[in-house]
Amino acid sequence: MSGAAHGPVGGPPVPDDVDRRQADLPPVARLATVTLILVVVGGVYLAATVNRSASLTPALVLAVAAALVLVVNVILLARIREFAWGTFRQVAGWALLAYLVIAGILEFVFVYDHTPGHELALFTAMLVLFAVDVPLLLAFSVARYQPVRPSGDAAPASAAP
Amino acid sequence: MTDTTVEVPTAPPEDDASPPPAGGGPPPVPEFSIVPVRGLPIVAALLVGLVVAIASNNLWALTFFHVGGGGLWTSIDLFLGLIIGPILGRLSIPARIEFTTRFMPKMVLIMPTLVAMTLGAGFQLARHVGNLDAAYPHHGWLVASYVIVGVMAVIALGLLEPANLAVLFELKKPRPNGERIGRLMKVFIYTAGITGILQIATIVIMTFLASR
Repeated sequence: MSGAAHGPVGGPPVPDDVDRRQADLPPVARLATVTLILVVVGGVYLAATVNRSASLTPALVLAVAAALVLVVNVILLARIREFAWGTFRQVAGWALLAYLVIAGILEFVFVYDHTPGHELALFTAMLVLFAVDVPLLLAFSVARYQPVRPSGDAAPASAAP
Repeated sequence: MTDTTVEVPTAPPEDDASPPPAGGGPPPVPEFSIVPVRGLPIVAALLVGLVVAIASNNLWALTFFHVGGGGLWTSIDLFLGLIIGPILGRLSIPARIEFTTRFMPKMVLIMPTLVAMTLGAGFQLARHVGNLDAAYPHHGWLVASYVIVGVMAVIALGLLEPANLAVLFELKKPRPNGERIGRLMKVFIYTAGITGILQIATIVIMTFLASR
C-alpha cells in the first residue's frame, strides 16, 4: 500500500493511497487549530486582566466557543471509517500525558498564586481544552498519513517510543 | 530562508555528490526512536526544578528558568529556521534523512520543555516582581508580549509540532513518501523561522521591561 510513493528516480512524485484519501477526511486539523486559537485568545485576555476588575464574559464566550468546536471536531473524527486508529491512539495517549503535565504546571501556578475563583475556573477550563485539543491535533496529523490495514489499524510496529 | 528546499527522497538534486541507493529505491532510513527515552529523565528534572522554583518564589530560580528557557527557545528557533534550514536543503538525500532521524526526535522533547519552562516561570516571575499589578505602568507592553507568545503558540502547536511528528512517523514506514516528508519538513523549517522572528519581538519587549 505504501510502496507506490516513489516515482522513478528523477521523476515527479507519485501520489499513494494515503494522499488520495486526504480529500475524504473531515477538517479535523483546521477545527483543532480554531479551538487552539480560541483558547489562546481567551488565555491572553485572562492573563492581561489578572488583578484588574475587567469583565470575564469575553473569556467565557471564547471558552464555550472553543469547547463547542472541540466537541464538533471529536464527532467528525469519530465518524471517520477508514483511519489508522491505532496510530491515533498511540500518539494521542503520549501527547495527552505530555500536555497534561504542561497544563498541570500552569494550573499549579494559578492555584499557588491564589487566583480568584471565577478566573481560576476559566483558566482551568482553558487548560483542559488545551490539553485535549493539542493531542487530538498531533494524533490526527500523524494518523492521517498512515496506511489503513484491513483490521482498521496501521501503527508501525517500531514506532513506540 | 527562501532557499529552504527539503524535498527529501524522491529525486536527488543535480549537485548531489552521494551515489543513489542501490536499485534506485528509496534511501535507507536509520533505526530511530520517535521519543528519545534517555532524554526523559532530563526533562523530568527540569520540570521538577521549575515547580520548585515556582513554589519557592525564588527570584534567581524563576529568572533562570524564564530567561534560560526563553533564550534557548529563541536561539533554537532562529538557528533552525535561518541556519540549519538552508543547509539542510543543500545536503544529499541520505544525509538529510540521517540528519532528520537524529535531530527531529530530540526536538520532540526539547521544545515543549523549553516552552513550559519559559511560560510557567515567566508568569510567576511577572507576578513576583509586580508586573501583573494594576498599577504597573508598562502593562501594555506585557500584553503585547502575551499576544506574540499566543501567536507563536498557535504556529508551534498547530503547524510545527504536527509536522515534526508526521515526518518521524513517515520515516518509520518501510517505504517513506519523500514528497510528503519534503512538504512537512518545509512546514517545520519555515514555522521555526517565523516563530524565531517573533521571538525577536519578544526579546525587544522583555529587555525593554527589564530595563525600566
